[in-house]
Amino acid sequence: MAYLELQGLVRDFGTVKALDGIEISLGEGEFLSLLGPSGCGKTTALRLVAGFDRPDAGRIVVDGKDVTRVAPNKRDMGMVFQAYSLFPNMSARQNVEFGLRIRGKERGDRRKRVDDLLELVGLAAAGDRYPYQLSGGMQQRVALARALAIEPRVLLLDEPLSALDAKVRVQLREEIRRIQLELGITTLYVTHDQEEALSVSDHVAVMYRGRIEQMGAPAEMYSAPATPFVAEFIGTMNRLEGTVVDPSTGAVETGGVTLIVEAAKAKPRGARVLVLIRPETVEVAAANGAGANTMTGEVLTHTFLGPVTRLRITSSGASLIADMPTARAAALPPGSKVDAALPAAEARLLDLTDEPLPEIAEEPAPVGR
Amino acid sequence: MRLRMPRMAPSAYIWLFLGFAYFFIPLLATFLFSLDKNSTGKCCTLHSYGWVIHNPGFWHTLKVSFLLALETIAISLALFVPTVYWVHLKVPKLRPVLAFMALIPFVVPPIVLVVGLLDVYRGTPAWFYAKPWGFLVVAYVILAFPYMFFSLDAGFRSIDVHTLTEASHSLGASWVTTLLKVILPNIRAAALAGSFLALAIVMGEFTIANLSQFYTFPIFLQYVNETQAYPAAALTLMSFGITWAAMLSLLFIGRKRGQRAAFLTGAR
Repeated sequence: MAYLELQGLVRDFGTVKALDGIEISLGEGEFLSLLGPSGCGKTTALRLVAGFDRPDAGRIVVDGKDVTRVAPNKRDMGMVFQAYSLFPNMSARQNVEFGLRIRGKERGDRRKRVDDLLELVGLAAAGDRYPYQLSGGMQQRVALARALAIEPRVLLLDEPLSALDAKVRVQLREEIRRIQLELGITTLYVTHDQEEALSVSDHVAVMYRGRIEQMGAPAEMYSAPATPFVAEFIGTMNRLEGTVVDPSTGAVETGGVTLIVEAAKAKPRGARVLVLIRPETVEVAAANGAGANTMTGEVLTHTFLGPVTRLRITSSGASLIADMPTARAAALPPGSKVDAALPAAEARLLDLTDEPLPEIAEEPAPVGR
Repeated sequence: MRLRMPRMAPSAYIWLFLGFAYFFIPLLATFLFSLDKNSTGKCCTLHSYGWVIHNPGFWHTLKVSFLLALETIAISLALFVPTVYWVHLKVPKLRPVLAFMALIPFVVPPIVLVVGLLDVYRGTPAWFYAKPWGFLVVAYVILAFPYMFFSLDAGFRSIDVHTLTEASHSLGASWVTTLLKVILPNIRAAALAGSFLALAIVMGEFTIANLSQFYTFPIFLQYVNETQAYPAAALTLMSFGITWAAMLSLLFIGRKRGQRAAFLTGAR
């Protein structure tokens, strides 16, 4: 049974529709990440759940109770913010204790709970330090302990790691997941970092223009994107625009090359489609005469990503990205003529609509990830 | 590594000395003058200081002005802290409007202000109109408005009002608890700065008190100045000392908070 439900949430800011009827259903103890680019409405959705904003339409139901009109201080939602939000006038211990004081808990109970939580986030020795004496990562740990202290019904995390450096981010996200599993707390996590979302969540909901494009398990989101946007946003994807020329064989013509795609057999002749191929599945070798499902082209650039190197290849006007082991990539420097074998037979195919494809700035993962 | 302080140019010492002399010589002259005996005009005696201390008018007016200052500070804080908080949180578009309004007391001369206020409050009860605790405090709150507003505004701008408020609410705190336990302690230095400026204004305000015929410390100072030359110098220095004591305490508190603010900025 669903523990947290967002039913048809709509939020308009003047002419901008920040949320356009989103539906989410999350079971108790589950971890859902709202993932999307800036301005997609993910933080708006989180703020509605927290009660800091009211929806124009729709309902928020927690454990069967409608909390849409309940004030934020009556909702029992623990929240960790993107900005450092510790109260500067209070020590780490006093910050964690704040919510318990508001609830009128006994001094002994408060002390024990604070000790337990500081221990849980690995800051048992830093309880007497003030926020200005803590690093960014430590501040966010205290903020997490503070949010957990009140035993919230739902834990809300609004890009809590975005201000931290890469190494601390990875470390802390794993800790968040560990704590979440340990306490079994229902969690809603907002992030624009797909790697973060995929690595810690039970479910991921990709949002775009105020709508949920797709929601599912991380592996499913990666391997079977349902829309061109999801395909582009989750991981890096080659998107080859083409036309089905022969449904009986599954032939799709793209950039002067004919690919045989199994999924194209279900499409009518002349259908405009998008062939989706992950860069890590492209096999690149020195040009040796094109075979089936192979594009011949020239290596334009190399991008060093640590264990792999990303090659950008141009072929009859089409651009292709391929990831290959760094040791092998050295043999194919920019300017080399190459054959790129595409695993097109099992490639995913999406119908191409008249709507322009979203452009998302490509951000290669840092070295060592 | 030890940082070496940059050496000051020789000309800088000259300018520093001139600046110091500009402020110090009049004070020194006033001090020496205050040591002269009232009857003979000869140095050196603390008679003028004794005259001031043993004058009941001094203590009475000092008490009146000090209490007026405290009342002005209390009303100003109660009025402006929630207002500026709300403007920063909910209607930031109104901030420039408030800033403009805060400049009005600088532009309107006190004489115009007091005439207008006397007219506006003419029909009010005597306990308000005829008492300094009523009418005069209203005028002083208006005079303190710019100092209080700009101090508080700077304080609110130095903290993340939105996030702190939302964090407090998410932990179950009400608006009042959030304001008293979270926001106010973090704008303490700004509230103190505004309060001390308000204190300095009230302790030195003459025009409005005189025109509305209330007997306050500046009125007493003026009276002594007209009638007793040497004690007037002593009284001037003593009021100067009172103001400086307030300013130094502000500096002391502000420096402690400033160091912490620097750490905060560095950590972000």
